[in-house]
This record gives sequence, C-alpha cells and structure tokens, in this order.
Amino acid sequence: MTRDRTVDVLVVGAGPAGLTLAARLAGAGAGRVEVLEREQDAGGAPRHCHHGGFGGLLRPWLAGPAYARLAVEAAVAAGATVRTGVTATGWAGPLSLETTSPAGLERITARAVVLATGARERPRSARLVPGSRPAGVLTTGELQQSVHLYGQEVGRRAVVVGAEPVARHAVRTLRRAGAEAVAQVTEHSRGIAVPGVPLLTATTVVELRGRGRLSGVAVRHEDGRSGVLACDTVVFTGDWIPDHELARRGGIALDPGTRGPCVDASFRTSAPGVFAVGNALHGVERAAAAAAEGAAASAAVLARLSGAPWPEPGPPLVVRAPLVWVSPNRLTGTAGRPLLLRSGEPLTGPVVTVAQDGRLLWRRRFPGRVPPWRSLRLPPGWTDRVDRGGGPVVVTAG
Amino acid sequence: MTVTVGGGLPGGQYDVTVVGAGVVGSAVARELARLPLRIALVDAADDVGEGTSKANTAILHTGFDAVPGSLESRLVREGQRLLSAYAAESGIPVEPLGALLVAWDEEQRAALAGLADKAVRNGYRAARIALPEEVRAREPELGPGVLGALDVPGESVICPWTTTLAYATQAVRSGVDLHLNCRVLDAISGDVHTLTTSRGPLRTRYLVNAAGLYADAIDRLLGHADFTVTPRRGQLIVFDEFARGLVRHILLPVPGALGKGVLVSPTVYGKVMLGPTAEDLDDKTDTGSTAAGLAVLREKGRRILPALLDEEVTAVYAGLRAATGDEDYAIRSHPAQRYVTVGGIRSTGLTASMAIAAHVVELLADGGLPVAGARDLEPVRMPNLGEAFPRPYRDAELIARDPEYGRIVCHCERVTRGEIRDALAATVPPGSPDGLRRRTRARGGRCQGFHCGAAVRALFEEARR
Repeated sequence: MTRDRTVDVLVVGAGPAGLTLAARLAGAGAGRVEVLEREQDAGGAPRHCHHGGFGGLLRPWLAGPAYARLAVEAAVAAGATVRTGVTATGWAGPLSLETTSPAGLERITARAVVLATGARERPRSARLVPGSRPAGVLTTGELQQSVHLYGQEVGRRAVVVGAEPVARHAVRTLRRAGAEAVAQVTEHSRGIAVPGVPLLTATTVVELRGRGRLSGVAVRHEDGRSGVLACDTVVFTGDWIPDHELARRGGIALDPGTRGPCVDASFRTSAPGVFAVGNALHGVERAAAAAAEGAAASAAVLARLSGAPWPEPGPPLVVRAPLVWVSPNRLTGTAGRPLLLRSGEPLTGPVVTVAQDGRLLWRRRFPGRVPPWRSLRLPPGWTDRVDRGGGPVVVTAG
Repeated sequence: MTVTVGGGLPGGQYDVTVVGAGVVGSAVARELARLPLRIALVDAADDVGEGTSKANTAILHTGFDAVPGSLESRLVREGQRLLSAYAAESGIPVEPLGALLVAWDEEQRAALAGLADKAVRNGYRAARIALPEEVRAREPELGPGVLGALDVPGESVICPWTTTLAYATQAVRSGVDLHLNCRVLDAISGDVHTLTTSRGPLRTRYLVNAAGLYADAIDRLLGHADFTVTPRRGQLIVFDEFARGLVRHILLPVPGALGKGVLVSPTVYGKVMLGPTAEDLDDKTDTGSTAAGLAVLREKGRRILPALLDEEVTAVYAGLRAATGDEDYAIRSHPAQRYVTVGGIRSTGLTASMAIAAHVVELLADGGLPVAGARDLEPVRMPNLGEAFPRPYRDAELIARDPEYGRIVCHCERVTRGEIRDALAATVPPGSPDGLRRRTRARGGRCQGFHCGAAVRALFEEARR
C-alpha cells in the first residue's frame, strides 16, 4: 500500500544547498518543510570530504564532516524535517513525488518541490577510457567514501587522472589510506601539482591494463610520446555532471551546457512549482557556493507559497566555445546575484561579452588566469537590460 | 548442496564431470541433475558464467538466420522454445521486443529477400519484409537513409546472467557439486578419467568438455584435435537508461560480406547496447576495449540512431566468442572414451543452451551413461533483474514484510539491501563484487560506484568474513 501525504515544501537532497534552503524556509515559517535524503546520513558530499576550508574565511579549518553535521543541525533546529534513507524514485504528479524507504512507499505532494540532488564525477566508462575492467578503478567520490566512511583498503600505487582541486583531495585521501600517488595526469597544458607527485600535462590515459586488479595505465603525451605507469589503483577526478535523473524523469527542461535543470535567476525550472539549487544545476562548486544558492532561493520559494505566479520562461542564456556553461540559463527578471560562467579551457585575461540580438549588454576583461575548474562570477547589473521578449542572450569570451 | 571455492576436492569418483560452468556447461549439469548420478561441475573461475557467457549480446534468438540444416539451426530453434518456457517458470527476465534487420544500402536491401527465405528454411515463418515508411513509423529515431527492413517479431532480449545462474542454482540444489577456482590442468583417460586440477585430482567416469574458449585445449588433453578456438572479440557500449526511449526493437544489422555487423538493442536492464565489434585475436584473455573499437562503434551507432550518441555511457566492455572457423557448433561425442566435447558455441549458445544440454545427455546415453530414473527438478525462482518487471523497491507488500527491500543501496540501479543480502546468501554466491553486480545490478549504473561502490564492497566483504 502506498501512503499519501502532503507537505508545504519538499526538498530532494540533504546536501549544503538543500539543507540551507530548508533551514531558511522553516525559519521563515513556510510550514512543513521536509528534506529527503537517500543516503543513510544527511549532509551530502562534505560527509566524506575530510579536508578543511568548509568554514570559509571565518573558520578555514572546518572540515567537511563537521560542516555537514552543522548544516543538518541548523535545518533541524529551524524546524525542517530531515528524513534519511528515503529515495525519491519518480513523479506521481506535477508536484508529487514517489518515494521508497524501509517504512514503505509514499506519494508526497508539496506546494513547492526543490531539487537539490547534487552532482557526481563521470566514471571511466562515461569518459570512454578503453582497456580491461580490473578492480582498482575509482572516482574521487568512491575513493573518499571507501577510505573515510568505510575504512577500506585501497591499493598501494595510484595514478590520479585530473589536476584540479578535487585531484589534490584525491591525493591526500590516498596518502591517508597509505597509498602512494605515483603520478597525476591531465590532458590540459597545466594543472595544480601536489608536492611530491609528478604532474604529466597534455597527457591522456589511453588504456587501463590488468586482469583482476589494475596493473598499469598507458598514457600518451600530445607530442606522441607514450608509456605505461605501473599502478594498482587509478582515480578519475573532476568531470562533474549533475545528478539530473529526477529532473529528467519529470520532463523538466535541461540546459545543454550544464546538463542540469534550466533555471532562471530565482532557481525556477520549466515546471511551475519546481525549483532546483546547488550542484544539481551545474556540477561542482564549493559547498559554500551551493549553500548560498540554497539561501538565495528561499525568497522565490516563499513567494511561490504565497501565490506568486510562475513566469513564462524568458530568453535563454547561451554560451559559445570555449565557454561550456552559464548558470542561471534563463532570464525572467533581474538577477540579484552573480551568474556563474565556466570555460572548458584555461583562459588568460579573457574579455567576456554579453549580447542579445546583436546588442551589447555588458563587456569586461577578467584579469589573470582562469582555470577550467573555477567559475567566473558575472556581476548581474546588466540583466535588467535584457529584452524579455527578445532572442537568446549570448555569452562569449575572447 | 555443495559449492566449493578452495581446498582439496572430495574423494571418490563422479559419474559425470562437466568442465566449464558457463551457460552451456551449467545447462548440461542441470540436465544431468535429473539423473540419480554423482555429478560435478567445475570451473577455473571464481564464479559461474565468468568467461564468454557474461558478455553475451543477450538476445533470445529465433534461429531465423542460422545455416539451414545445421546442428546450430536445430538447437537454437529447440532451445528458444525450451528457454522461453524455462524463463517464464524461473523468473529469468525476457522482453519479446521483436527485431528489425534494417537495410541502409541497396546491397543490404537486396539481401532481405534471401534472409526471409532463409528464415523459412530454418522453420521460422513469421519474418516479413517491411517497407521504409513502416520501419520509420515503428522506429522514429532511426537515422536517415533507411531502405527497408526484415521484421522478425519472435526475437527477444534476455538476461544472460540470470540464465546461467538459474541453471547452476538448480543443478546444485538437485545435488550437483559445483567446484570453482578449479582449473583443469591435465587429464588421463582409462577406465575412469583422472583430471589433474588446480585443486587436486578429480576422478570421473564420463566427461563433458564445455570449456568455451579453452574447449580446444581440454580436447587436446583427451587426444583430439578437431578444432581450434580463435577468440573473436566483441566490444560493446552500454548507454544510460535515458536512451531506452529511443529504440523499441532489437535493431539487427543485415549481414554482409564483412560479417554480421553492429546491432543496437535494448537490454532487459532498461539500457541500450551498441555493438559488438568482431576482431579475431590470439589471446584468450584479452577482453579489453580499444580506442579504435569504440570509435567504430560510435560511428556506426551514429548512423543507426543519431540521438543515442548524446546519451551518457554507462558501461564499456568486451567479450570473446569461441569461434572455430566452422559455421556450426563443434559438438563431438567419443563414446569409447565416455567423452563429449561441446565446442565452438558462439553467441547463439545462450539461446540454444537447454537444447544443447539435452543433446549432450543423449550423446552420453548413446555412449553408455545410464539414464534410467530421470526425475523432474524442483523449480527455481530467481530474483528479477529486469526493468520491465516489478522490482523490489516498488513492492509495498514486500517492503512491509521485510524493510530491507526498502533500503536502496545502489541508487542508479535501485538495488536494495535486501536483494544484496539475498544474493550473498544464495545457493551460488558471487565470487567478487562484479559477480554481485551480475546478480543484483548493484554498481552497474551510470555512476559506476561513485555513490554506492564503497557501501556495496563493504556488504560483500562482510558476507565473506
């Protein structure tokens, strides 16, 4: 038997974005605010990120698990209900979700639904890395959970694919588990090196080798030189993709750049009453950025609860190469906070322009180097000059 | 019930020993289990179906395109009937989708009539030629340039993992000894066969060689050199379940001068498979994918179903077929030696498995194996891995009885802790986390373990302690 329930706001995902939003909403008297978390513990990815920096400038030593705990406590203290081990498996109506948990099946209908489902790293298969299929092939997420949540053994010699901040965390986690990082490999021309680990730039992993257990990783440099790195573990890092399954099952429009739900600057998706926040929108940003999106969405969710109409989708925001995405990616009103913009390649002193129907809306040069793993933040002042009935708003960088 | 994975083998003498616990060897052991005999099923790997069987293209064939009059033609046709009934009885997922052999050029279009005729000669009468408009209406996402298709409504997709496991489970429950991690190194034939294995000697009156890629090597130990197995690698790409809506039938290629070609097929797990390549190798362990192979598949896939390439890839793998250079199965009986070789069983072996098993037992009986006293086996009911059938996470009554079926561990594939627990405690438990995946789908989805890998491994390790 399926139980039917109603709540005021249903938040899917108890990570930094979902919890922060739930805390704001419950604190503002939004009624029954329920957060669903499919894992056994709430807190999201920070639960297995045993490194500092989660407290921002004020408390830089704060590590992920402590941050996660505080975020859960804040949501609960504000009056939100956080339910773990509950999976939203699909939609039963425009604002109704089907759930599975040990307590049984439920259909939960809300006045507003918020997707805060986070992101994951694309695994080796999705990156089409050829070779055999031995044990010892991981993503950073699996590595961190194995080591920090389960105390499992990893191998002794590991190659880390990627040279962005998350790769550095992978190296640290490997070391904590007693493994040696024998090399970092990145296809980009530069990356963040970790002291003591050789960094191979402009290098691609062309084959995984080994029967049963990984025995080595074949690599090729862009100049044609190639070789094999002997190792028993390889960690594929970065290359984040939003966990957009629920959005897609619900027929919610996705942005081709972010692969997350399309949203306006108030985090409204194409489905009336359904919002999306955090890394579900764009792949990985720091926990603080995801939490800030959750906080920023609360006003729009409250407005929805008090009957504000759902706007027509405004003109899309689109990017041109080498840019890969911008978030938000629709404009239905003036944005109140910076937009996030990503490039697929490292840029040096890029000049970013925003134009609509040939009309220049904004242009600025960003000083210094912009790596592909860090978002540019576009001040939102120009968004009030967008013609709501006009064509696509095009963002370019040169 | 006996499954062993290490240590010495039991003493005494078996009546029949089957070497190779793939889909064919397991089917033979199951068929033999009906007899009041002492039977052993041995395999070099740590699990059943670890060799060619696990990377099959997973189609339950009608046999429409076999070589008419061949042993394969007969056994595939019979096997399709037998396995369809067995699947319904034991809960092996089968989806009767039907196949379309899509013609993309004039040569392929011209070949359709011959294929329709061949189907009739193989005893399959439901195949017919469909015009381009009909093909497009039935498969709207097909790429441009379709010239027609052969419609083969009887083709289905099936779960190859559950099939092998069902046979082995039923065999073991009916008294067959399954010895894993047991590689056959040598054989001495006399009044009894004495096999030297990696786990010590094994004595048996009758011997069945169903060793797949290694059937030729075992054959040579017994003094025969009828055929040589050349491993033919097939690389496959599996696309995420969001691709499933793009395709409604099994899209088979029209075989041409350059071989059978690449198919696009839904899987019973709710995904879409693209492949296989066909590469003759000399290394029987080379199940690696290659950049060139994946590039070829993507190029062909883009022509067949352009939207497919925009979807995320869930898995890439390669399997090896036991090709012999002969167009037919190499099933040979040596009655004086009380020995039967089941060689050269390629992709169709999954479909034909039960018919092959019945055929092998007949050959053994002709060679003197006593077959009196055959009984019906206690039916088995396998856990459902099929996406088109009710899965535990959606079953309110099941969860009310046992909340572990409401505890989802693998989020991408919606695998519950109850299912993982059951697989780990099953008659034939998995030998590795990959074996657990083939029994539950755990860790087989789009994240490949980002979310659940550590948790699944922890459950596996805990059960092993």
